Amino acid sequence: MKLTPKQATLLVLAALIALTPFFFPSGYYYRVGALIFVNGLAVTGIVILTGYAGQVSLGHAGFAGIGAYACALAPVHLGLHPALAAVLGAILSGCMAWLVGRPILRLKGYYLAVATLGFGILVSMVLNNERWLTRGPDGIDVPDLGLRGLLKGWGLDLSNGEFWYFFSGLCLLVGAWLALNLYDSPTGRALRALHGSEIAARVVGVDVARAKLQAFVISAVYASFSGSLLALQNKFVTPDVAGFMHSIEMVTMAVLGGVGSVLGAIFGAGILTLLPQALTVFAEYEQLLLGLVMMLVMIFLREGLLPSILRKIRGTGE
Amino acid sequence: MSELLQFLLSGVTVGAVYALVALGFTIIFNASDVVNFAQGEFVMLGGMTTVFAHAAGLPLPLAALVAILATAAIGVALNKLAIEPARGAPVVSLIIITIGASIFIRGAAQLVFDKQIHKLPAFSGDDPIVLLGATILPQSLWVICGALVVFAGLWFFFTRTLLGRAVLATSNNRLAAQLVGINTNFVMTLSFALSAGIGALAGVLVTPITLTSYDVGLGLALKGFAGAMLGGMGNPKGALAGGFLLGLLEALTAGYLSSQYKDAAAFVVILAVLFFMPQGLFGRKSTDRV
Repeated sequence: MKLTPKQATLLVLAALIALTPFFFPSGYYYRVGALIFVNGLAVTGIVILTGYAGQVSLGHAGFAGIGAYACALAPVHLGLHPALAAVLGAILSGCMAWLVGRPILRLKGYYLAVATLGFGILVSMVLNNERWLTRGPDGIDVPDLGLRGLLKGWGLDLSNGEFWYFFSGLCLLVGAWLALNLYDSPTGRALRALHGSEIAARVVGVDVARAKLQAFVISAVYASFSGSLLALQNKFVTPDVAGFMHSIEMVTMAVLGGVGSVLGAIFGAGILTLLPQALTVFAEYEQLLLGLVMMLVMIFLREGLLPSILRKIRGTGE
Repeated sequence: MSELLQFLLSGVTVGAVYALVALGFTIIFNASDVVNFAQGEFVMLGGMTTVFAHAAGLPLPLAALVAILATAAIGVALNKLAIEPARGAPVVSLIIITIGASIFIRGAAQLVFDKQIHKLPAFSGDDPIVLLGATILPQSLWVICGALVVFAGLWFFFTRTLLGRAVLATSNNRLAAQLVGINTNFVMTLSFALSAGIGALAGVLVTPITLTSYDVGLGLALKGFAGAMLGGMGNPKGALAGGFLLGLLEALTAGYLSSQYKDAAAFVVILAVLFFMPQGLFGRKSTDRV
């Protein structure tokens, strides 16, 4: 039986999620793993926007912030279940993306990057300043998802770390599956066409502005769910989740690993999530090294780490 | 009335700094089509280097000169080591390279200097000048004059000197400039040195008022960027006007609406400009070649 690239990607991802826990020296690594999956989900959205459609966003943390604070606020103020709150956050993020993206996606290049940057910073400013609602920079508690207790009732007793590891892993798998399906769909083809050349895409009948807007909205929904997951597993959220640096992190993870493929981007999320953990000894040099890694990878491995490594292994050279 | 004048005066002061950062952006953007997110770090380096050189015993003007030259050298290094090797890379890669450079410079500054907040003495005293019931610091006048002098100097350089015209030619069409014998690599080097030097000058001028520390760069870069965007990317006149306008908007927002949201003014402006007049106030309509 020959696997299609899509099946192979999902299989590799599922195997990694299922098998790595056997090598964990302590329970702490479940937490790091869960964090990688949460970042991986956001980064999968970036793959759709940047890898498929070739558009740049520097404000996706704004959507993560909306998703995270929806989980903190909607259960308290609207009486929604946290899972429904996450869905509400995603809908809200999608609508915001549509509103912001519609006028801007007609423009090109740096403009979307700049507009999203402005949007992201405005969201984080509102989260920091509207203390009556968000309690400001100190952060706010997030209610329990309740799923772990439910599983326990069914006889599946997982520790908190284990539960969030496997639950985030599952979410990432579903997210990756949807993104890979999109790649081969008519919308995905339209996105890739406009990435190659907007004019050529328009000539063959692609509604360029509409296709870009779709990619932007979808990736915003990914970021929102990633924010919700992060808030739910930490049971706490601060406005940092919507901060400019978080937006930069998302884009960097995706591009570092290889924004052209879902697996590459998730690989990048893994590397950049592990890097600070590995560098705690060199805490003073963390920024220096992060900046250096960003520059070196972009200059010398333009397609990103994973594609470059794979090519080395296959030995096909340049 | 004096209240409004006070807001306007402080707005013009801040605006002058934004205008200097925006001018720096514009020079690099014109020469290389790169939006340099490390622009704010030049301002930080200018201020911090002056503080430390001054503390080491150099007289203030000499310390400022050292800082400006050192920052210009770092600008050139940024071009040679990070921007030039990545020529032809997609926009997103260039964005990440300059953001990486900005994080790198910040990390280096916190090691070479420290994480404290620093101050420089004002150039001509701290006694405020009273003007129609409002007050302005002598240092503010230094900042405002600095921005105007730099703009005038740039205007002269770009329109009246051969070298300046070579820079303009390169920004219009790199290949054509090369074909008529312009050394475009030198033009790039010059643009980065000039831009970094202007950023450093802004840092030197404003540090006595706003203080400085290793992490002031990013905020300034974003504001300067907003100013450049407002005036129209790539247009020095636009950068100057956009910077001043943004400073005024910010001061008026802080005065009449909410001081918490004064920083929001810049980003609301960015979004409004992009929604309604993407070319900015002074930009030309651009056409694309197929």
